[in-house]
Amino acid sequence: MHPLAIAGPAALLPLAMPFPLFLSRVPAGFPSPADDYIEKHIDLNAHLVRHPSATFFLRVQGDSMTGAGIFDKDLLVVDRAVKPSHNAIVIAVVDGELTVKRLVLRDGGGVELHPENANYPVLRLTEHQELNIWGVVTHVVHRV
Amino acid sequence: MNPTRTIALIDGNNFYVSCERVFNPKLEGVPVVVLSNNDGCVVARSQEVKDLGVKMGVPWYQLEAFARQEGMVALSSNYALYADMSNRMMAILGGFSPSQEVYSIDECFLDLAGVEPMARLDAAQGMRQTVKQQIGIPVCVGIGATKTLAKLANHVAKKRAHFAGVCDFNALPAAALDQLLSEIDVGEVWGVGSRLSAQLRAMGIATVLQLKQAPQRRLRQAFSVVLERIALELNGVSCLSLEELAPDKQQIMTSRSFSRGVDTWPELKEAVIAYASRAAEKLRRQGSLAGSLHVFIRTNPFKDTLPQYAQGITLPLAPPTDDTRQLAGAALQGLQRIYRAGFSYQKAGILLGELIPRHRRQLGLFDDPEAEAKSRRLMQALDSINQRYGSGSLHLLGEGLGKPWGTRQRQRSPRYTTRLDELPIVWAK
Repeated sequence: MHPLAIAGPAALLPLAMPFPLFLSRVPAGFPSPADDYIEKHIDLNAHLVRHPSATFFLRVQGDSMTGAGIFDKDLLVVDRAVKPSHNAIVIAVVDGELTVKRLVLRDGGGVELHPENANYPVLRLTEHQELNIWGVVTHVVHRV
Repeated sequence: MNPTRTIALIDGNNFYVSCERVFNPKLEGVPVVVLSNNDGCVVARSQEVKDLGVKMGVPWYQLEAFARQEGMVALSSNYALYADMSNRMMAILGGFSPSQEVYSIDECFLDLAGVEPMARLDAAQGMRQTVKQQIGIPVCVGIGATKTLAKLANHVAKKRAHFAGVCDFNALPAAALDQLLSEIDVGEVWGVGSRLSAQLRAMGIATVLQLKQAPQRRLRQAFSVVLERIALELNGVSCLSLEELAPDKQQIMTSRSFSRGVDTWPELKEAVIAYASRAAEKLRRQGSLAGSLHVFIRTNPFKDTLPQYAQGITLPLAPPTDDTRQLAGAALQGLQRIYRAGFSYQKAGILLGELIPRHRRQLGLFDDPEAEAKSRRLMQALDSINQRYGSGSLHLLGEGLGKPWGTRQRQRSPRYTTRLDELPIVWAK
C-alpha cells in the first residue's frame, strides 16, 4: 500500500471567477397574441423583378419619353423575358445604341418606334431594317 | 448493360466578348479582344479576331500594332460583369434539368435523362433561344452519352455551321458518328493536352476515332488509367458523374502580379495586407476558418538581368480564425521575416490553409467567447458595408489609400449589372 504523497498546497481560488455569460438573451415571458399573424416584410425587389435572371436596370439619358412618364436620369426595370407587344415601352438597339421607345405595330406589318415627346421623330423601320428589341420596360423608378 | 445516358454540355460562344456586346451593341461585327489583369495578354477573342489568326494568350504588347491596324478593340477584363452574367446563364439553364453541374464560368453540364429522345433537339434549341433572349449570350449545345462525348459534340456544334448550334451524338447512327470522329484531331478530346496528343500521334493515334478504337489496356500501360478512362468515355461508358455541389475550397489563394516592380517596404506591406483582406473575405463567404497562412513574394523571373529573390513562409493560426485583423497581422509578421531590401518585387500572395467549417470550431481552453462574438459582429459589419458600397469601401488602413501597384485596367467597361453608379445608359432621344 503506497502512502499518499503530498504534492503541494492547492491554489486558493480567487473570490470572483469570470464565467462567460450566455451570448444571446434567453427569451422569457408570455407569447404575443400577434404571433399567429406575423407576415414577411414587403419586398419591393421581388415585386418589381419577375424574372431575376432576365432583368436589368438601365439609366435614362434624355427627354424623348416624358409623355410616358419617363424622365432624364430615371431608372428603368427592363425584363428580357417578356415578349414585346404593340404599345409596349421597349429598349431597342438603333445604330448600335440602346434607346427607349414605344413599339407600334401597324396592321399592314409596318413596325415603328415612337417617342413620347413632340420634339422627336418617329422611326419607321424599312423592310431591310431588322427590329432589334433588347428588352421590355416593366417599371420606371423616378426620384422626386 | 447500362442504358445510354444523355448528357449535354452547354457553353457560351466567346463568352467575355459576348458579355461586352450585350451592353455595347456597337461592338457587334467588330474584332474585339479582352485582356487579362494588368492588360497583359489576350484572354478572349471575338470570331473576327480568331479569323485574323490571333492566338489565345498572346501578350498585348506584341499585338498592339497589328490591333491598331485592323481596328481591333481591346478591353480590360470586367470580371464583375462576367461573373454576374454567368450566374444568370447557369440559373436559366438550371431550369432545363434537375441535374446540373456548373463546370466553368461559361460551361455547364445537364443530365437530359428526363427528355424524350424525339424532343431532345427542340429542348436544346430551346436552351439556346432562351439564353439568347434573356441575357443576349449565344451558346452551343453538345449532347453525348458521356461528359467527354458531350464536350466533343459541343466542339462540333461550334465548328460546323450546318448543325445550327446543336450537335447530338446520340442521334447519329453509329457509322456516321465514327465518320465524324475520324475527322477530328485527337488533341480536341477533353483531357488530351498538346504533349499527350504528340505522344499519341507518335503511336499512330491521330484522330478521335483511333483513340476510341485503341485497345484500352494498351493505353493504360503506355500512359495512365486516366487515358484509359477517356477512351472508355469515348466508347459511351460513363466514368465521370455530374458533380452537383462544389466542395468547399481546401485552400484559399489571393495573389497578383504588380503592374510595375515594387521596390519599397511600405508598398509591399500595403499589397500583402490588401491580399490578406481579400483572402479573409473569401474565407468568410465560404463559412470557414483558416488554421495556417502562407505569404510569399518574388521578383520577376523573366527579367533575368535583375537580381532574383523568391521566398515564402507559413504561419500557424491558433486558434483558427477568419478575422481580417488577425490574418493581416500574421501576413505582416511573415512578410517581415522574408522581406529583403534591394529587390524589385513583381508578385506577392497569400495562401490560407487548414480550413475548417466555422461551425466545427472547438473552443480552446484560453479562448474568450466574448471577444469571439465581438470579432464576428465586426467582420459582419465590415462585409455588409463593403457589399452595400462596393468592395474595398471599408478596409484596413494598412492596405494603403489609392493603390499605385494595383492592377492596371485601362479599358474596362462599366460594371453594368453590379453597380448602381455604372448602369448602362439608354437614350431617350
